[in-house]
Amino acid sequence: MLSKSQARTFFLGGTVVTFLIFIGLTIYSMAPSNDQSNHQNITEQVIKGKHIWETNNCMGCHAILGEGGYYAPELTKVIDRKGAPMVKAILQSPIPWAPNGRKMVAYEMNDEDAEAMVEYLKWIGEIDLNGFERIVSPLAKDKIKD
Amino acid sequence: MRDSTPIIGAGYDHCKQKNKHMKYKSQQVAYWFFALCMLLFALQIVYGFIMGFARIGMDGLHDWIPFNTARAVHTNLLVVWLLTGFMGAAYYIIPEEAQRELVSVKLAYVQLISLAVVGVAAITGYHFNIWEGRKFLEIPRELDYLVVINVLLFLGIILATLFKGKRQTTTALVMTMGLVFAALLYLPGMIWFDSQVTDSFFRWWVVHLWVEGVWELIMGGILAFLLIKLTGVDREVIEKWLYVIVGLTFLSGILGTGHHYYYIGVNKIWLIVGGVFSALEPLAFLAMALFAVYMYRKGEKNHPNKIALFWTIGAAIVSFIGAGLLGFAHTLPQTNLYTHGTLVTAMHGHYAFWGAYVMIVLAIISYAMPNITGRKRHDKTNGHLAFWLSNIGMLGMVVALGVAGVVQVYLERRLSMDFMVAQEEVKIHFVVMLLCATMFATGIGIYIYEFIKYGRPTDEALTKNEEAVLVS
Ligand code: HEC
Ligand code: HEM
Ligand code: HEM
Ligand SMILES: [Fe+2]
Repeated sequence: MLSKSQARTFFLGGTVVTFLIFIGLTIYSMAPSNDQSNHQNITEQVIKGKHIWETNNCMGCHAILGEGGYYAPELTKVIDRKGAPMVKAILQSPIPWAPNGRKMVAYEMNDEDAEAMVEYLKWIGEIDLNGFERIVSPLAKDKIKD
Repeated sequence: MRDSTPIIGAGYDHCKQKNKHMKYKSQQVAYWFFALCMLLFALQIVYGFIMGFARIGMDGLHDWIPFNTARAVHTNLLVVWLLTGFMGAAYYIIPEEAQRELVSVKLAYVQLISLAVVGVAAITGYHFNIWEGRKFLEIPRELDYLVVINVLLFLGIILATLFKGKRQTTTALVMTMGLVFAALLYLPGMIWFDSQVTDSFFRWWVVHLWVEGVWELIMGGILAFLLIKLTGVDREVIEKWLYVIVGLTFLSGILGTGHHYYYIGVNKIWLIVGGVFSALEPLAFLAMALFAVYMYRKGEKNHPNKIALFWTIGAAIVSFIGAGLLGFAHTLPQTNLYTHGTLVTAMHGHYAFWGAYVMIVLAIISYAMPNITGRKRHDKTNGHLAFWLSNIGMLGMVVALGVAGVVQVYLERRLSMDFMVAQEEVKIHFVVMLLCATMFATGIGIYIYEFIKYGRPTDEALTKNEEAVLVS
């Protein structure tokens, strides 16, 4: 029968080995040659967009890359689906955007902020998501090149 | 402690010298942590209702508490009160395991108050658009530093007590290790990244490695402590299996992080690694459930605090269902491709958190209260009512969310229906969810009522407590 010290060895050994593999895989997937996100396209505007995204906690209602709230539309492919001018208009709306009856916060963004947000969403929309991009936004499916 | 009852072993002489009437007076600190738990838990539920009503079109609070505020408050309160519960549990368990008083009770109170202040500041900020908009890690970085200081203080007290103590048991070590790792893993969440992909990647080092890694050590430690006390089974046996369980946890859980990396824009290698290892994660929860049930069967069944036993065994079983089975249900890449970021995830999130962490915290509170206050209210019907109403209510909520989730996946992701149109179709399930949530909240209301009825810890009450301590 297993002894307590064997059980401890199993715990410590398993932890160290899997943790080292985990670090190795992290380095591997962060390597520039394995980039799937078009990292080079992250401009100042995209960074600004991300900042606006975070400081307003859009993720509290919307999901992006499949992460976030489930209350409002997933936004990974929103530029494909709605087009940039429409998205910009939604962000600049002075009254809560709610064509389907569920309210968004009225951000009344200025041009500069709304454009940064659009740039950010454009960058998001071009990430290679291992096939999820086709599922998450079926209405944009036709526009996705194979 | 009475001289005629030499059951406690090594701790016995020690406390006789130190204080004639109680085991370790400093364990009382736990009471105030548990009280804060009750308060924050109640608030968490209020914000849950705000979201539930918003989902069926009753969003009258939108101008003051929009959905994203309610969500951040709901989930952050959950995490904060669970951590408060873990801390309270540690302040209760570590003196007993290490067989000495906490090194400083005063500092423990300072830690509690500062924790409450940081928590309240963060949550107030969420109502004024002050946050960081990263799911579960919404606390602004300025406050993060205060959290770090607070946790360092907590760990200092616990570690000093443990290492100055008479013994370092496996139970105490595993629990402390969980707490230390939890603190360390908070750090990757504080790094700033320009890329949403990298940001998300390291966000999971906190969120996933907490709930499917180090928190399980904390849970395992509390569970082992409770089983030793409640079943009387030999410590060596329980602690051996504790190592096996936490061994399984890390073996599967660390690489299992990959189940969050399938579809966020990183390498496909995670589809295989995450798929295989996260599919093994339920084993740790299965082991935990079997372990608890087996120890219960094996042990003596004469501990008077039945209600603590219910919560303890319940936590082990429900965590297997909520985290193990419902986690497995969407963890394979082929399934997750469709369920990723839908109400299916919300269903699993509720039951996993409930079974694993809420129930274990309620278990340790139920166990500790009669001992801390000296009032033996543990055989009251109310306790059982609270247990069953909250559990059945939560199960109903989870089923409603599950049905909504499956319908959403089918309509939106298979039939290409627009998001908002599909949402309209699942509205009805949120009516059901709210009904079940009412039942759930009634159960929790009774639990909190009982907590209040126990009253405060008093030294006089603790004198009466001798038997309770000795039986335990
Ligand atoms: C309180 C919740 C909430 C917050 C916060 C929120 N939104 Fe929205 N948003 C919604 C809802 C609900 C809709 C859909 C409204 C409808 O169709 O009735 C929506 C729609 C949108 C749409 C159009 C999506 C589509 O497919 O039709 C975009 C783009 C958008 N939001 C961007 C944002 C951005 C960017 C932020 C952060 C600055 C944000 N939203 C914050 C709730 C929210
Ligand atoms: C007590 C343990 C657990 C808790 C508290 C828990 C909780 C959660 C929560 C809150 C989320 C949503 C996170 C987010 O989107 O930010 C989540 C996601 C997920 N969990 Fe768990 N979980 C636990 C265990 C497990 C286990 C054991 C498995 C697998 C067997 C699992 C599989 C998943 C998967 C695949 C997702 C991603 C869902 C998605 O793609 O949207 N979980 N979990
Ligand atoms: C009255 C009871 C409750 C109600 C009505 C409720 C409702 C909700 C709603 C509507 C959401 C947001 C889902 C979305 O984004 O659309 C949510 C999120 C969440 N709730 Fe609750 N909740 C309740 C109690 C609880 C309890 C007791 C727990 C802990 C066990 C909990 C844990 C969570 C978690 C972890 C999330 C985030 C899920 C995710 O992002 O996947 N909730 N809740
Ligand atoms: Fe996970």
